[in-house]
Amino acid sequence: MILSIQDVVKRYSSHVALDQVSLEIPKGKIFGLLGPNGAGKTSLIRIITQITAPDEGQILFDGEKLSTKHVEQIGYLPEERGLYKKMKVGEQLIYLAQLKGLSRQESIARLKDWFIRLDIKDWWDKQVDDLSKGMQQKTQFISTVVHEPKLLILDEPFSGFDPINANLLKDEILALKERGTSILFSTHRMESVEELCDSIALINHSKVVLRGEKNEVRNRFKAHQFEVLFEGDLIQDFTGVDLVSLEMSGDANSKKGIFKLQKGTSPNQLLGQLIHQVQVQKFQELIPSFNDIFIQVVKETN
Amino acid sequence: MNKILLVIKREYLTRVSKKSFWIASLLAPLLLTAIYAVPIWLATRDKEVKQVAIWDGSGLFEQNDLADKEIAFKLLKGDVNQIKKSFDKQGFDAFAAIPTDILKNPEGLKIYSEKNLSLSLKNDIERMVQNKVREILLRNAGISTVKYKETQVDISSDTITVSKQGEETTSSSGGAMILAAFLGFLLYLTLLLYGSQVMNGVIEEKSNRIIEVIISSIKPYQLMLGKILGVGLVGLTQFLLWIVLTIGLSTATSKLYNAPSRMATVANTTNSEELKKSVAKAESSSQPMAEVNKLIESTNIPLLLGSFFFYFLFGYLLYSSLFAAIGSAVESASEAQQFTFPVMIPIILAFILAQFTMQDPDSNVAFWASIIPFTSPINMMVRLPYGVPAWEIVLSMVLLVAGFLACSWLSSRIYRVGILMYGKKMTWKEISKWVFYKA
Repeated sequence: MILSIQDVVKRYSSHVALDQVSLEIPKGKIFGLLGPNGAGKTSLIRIITQITAPDEGQILFDGEKLSTKHVEQIGYLPEERGLYKKMKVGEQLIYLAQLKGLSRQESIARLKDWFIRLDIKDWWDKQVDDLSKGMQQKTQFISTVVHEPKLLILDEPFSGFDPINANLLKDEILALKERGTSILFSTHRMESVEELCDSIALINHSKVVLRGEKNEVRNRFKAHQFEVLFEGDLIQDFTGVDLVSLEMSGDANSKKGIFKLQKGTSPNQLLGQLIHQVQVQKFQELIPSFNDIFIQVVKETN
Repeated sequence: MNKILLVIKREYLTRVSKKSFWIASLLAPLLLTAIYAVPIWLATRDKEVKQVAIWDGSGLFEQNDLADKEIAFKLLKGDVNQIKKSFDKQGFDAFAAIPTDILKNPEGLKIYSEKNLSLSLKNDIERMVQNKVREILLRNAGISTVKYKETQVDISSDTITVSKQGEETTSSSGGAMILAAFLGFLLYLTLLLYGSQVMNGVIEEKSNRIIEVIISSIKPYQLMLGKILGVGLVGLTQFLLWIVLTIGLSTATSKLYNAPSRMATVANTTNSEELKKSVAKAESSSQPMAEVNKLIESTNIPLLLGSFFFYFLFGYLLYSSLFAAIGSAVESASEAQQFTFPVMIPIILAFILAQFTMQDPDSNVAFWASIIPFTSPINMMVRLPYGVPAWEIVLSMVLLVAGFLACSWLSSRIYRVGILMYGKKMTWKEISKWVFYKA
């Protein structure tokens, strides 16, 4: 575990931001931290980055109690991006890298690699003010990863990127994961969760309401519904199965039915009954999207 | 520690590499030198000889009396009204009509000119007429001119302070007052100037949103301290530049002016009249120089400069930490205005109290103003040249350091909460709550 968050409580004067939050964040994986606005994600991230301290509970970083020395092993890209506007890109990145404990020479060498890799060599002497917003985002991403942190915290990393640059960023994130970086990924965008995350936790009203490995969570939310495309007429005489809906599929010959298995019925039993009645063209389990899971869980826990 | 140095370096370099820093660093010494050099330049440049026509109704003046280095007087005869109409056509810059009863009517002199008469020309003409009239009046009264001049002595005094041990030091209260006022004013300006620079730096980081990145690398108090020290070093650099440049420029200019005038003196030794004049001039111009020299001898310059740096440093640290706290609580410079006022009040109050301190450096007001941390930097600087007992200086310094520690503690408590607060309407009540927040 790169992070082991144990019973963390954070109170502000008017509300409790985190209420007995415990999470295990695995090494070398992408961990999605989900939750609606104001759920407590930022509070948790600020505790991990040691911007604030928890009122109760503790956090272990790679097995040790989280302390100031771990600051250099964490890279943090906040949701609200910001750079010194009147500073040159190169100098600024050197400064930020030095704050993360790199020497000046070391930071220059590593930054040059990044500048060549991302093909932005001619930005070095430009003032941040003169860069477009997308360019500033790239610059800031470099500042987050240049010290090769063990843990990378990305808060809505794709906001403000155009599709091409978003893809570029996605590839970089995956490449970092390949090299063993653990990534804590906070977002609202469920399609990037499906695409990138290995496991997730959902926070709502200061509490962890859902956690687990991505596919395992999805399986948990399966409604045991199957979509069947078929030709012929249903007799509609099933045991252990409910027909949820039936409609024409658009194709004149085939129809689409959605079936829900009752407890104790297996998909094979459904299929067995169907093949006696109709010509089955397609048989597929309906897997819930994370978007649905998110909405469902948040509604249930509100 | 290392990281505080990084912050200091950034704060220092970004400010020192700005054009505005160098403009301010160069402009102030240039202005000071100009204040010093322009009068000398005006005095030494070759003046155009003015042509002045004189009509003498009293019959007391002769052309021989009218010799003057800077003005060519010409005694004209004829009708006053005629001359009045035609003097400018004849090439005169001015026309002075001396009334017949000038001895009884000293205000009867009339000077005509086409353009507005310059003050110095008016004075020169008046002086010329006055000298002659006085001479005649003295003669009429039976007093010898020589005897009269002997009676016109200048009294000047040496002020001497006697310590309890009976040690005597020559002091110069006039000079001390000027020096004290200057140093006090300098402190006042710099506290305001650099204090608000710190505040704007904090606001910049907060409104840029870079603050969150920075404080995920270093502790908020490290950032605050680094910023305050960095800006403070910029202030010291600026002082140093001001001192070096002002001394350099003014010695250069005085060398420039002294060299030719000394040569002129040597060259003109044959002309005894000229020599007398230049010696007299030199004497009168050396008067303030002597005063300054006396001041430098009588005041303890190392103590004064040492104290100045001490009071600048800790006064600045105290106020800038308060300014940093305010910067952290707001999101824009315009929003900051309502909060800066309470911090500026003590600075302004200190400056007002300094006027009283200057008038009576041993009064109760002066004592307390130079002891209490918020007003002590300015007021102690003002008092120092007059001589302050050592225990008072030590007490004032100790209290100032204590005040700084208290203020910076308070400020860092506010700062660490404030920098992460967005979109909230700030009130004093809200800010005071932050002091008691847990980290």
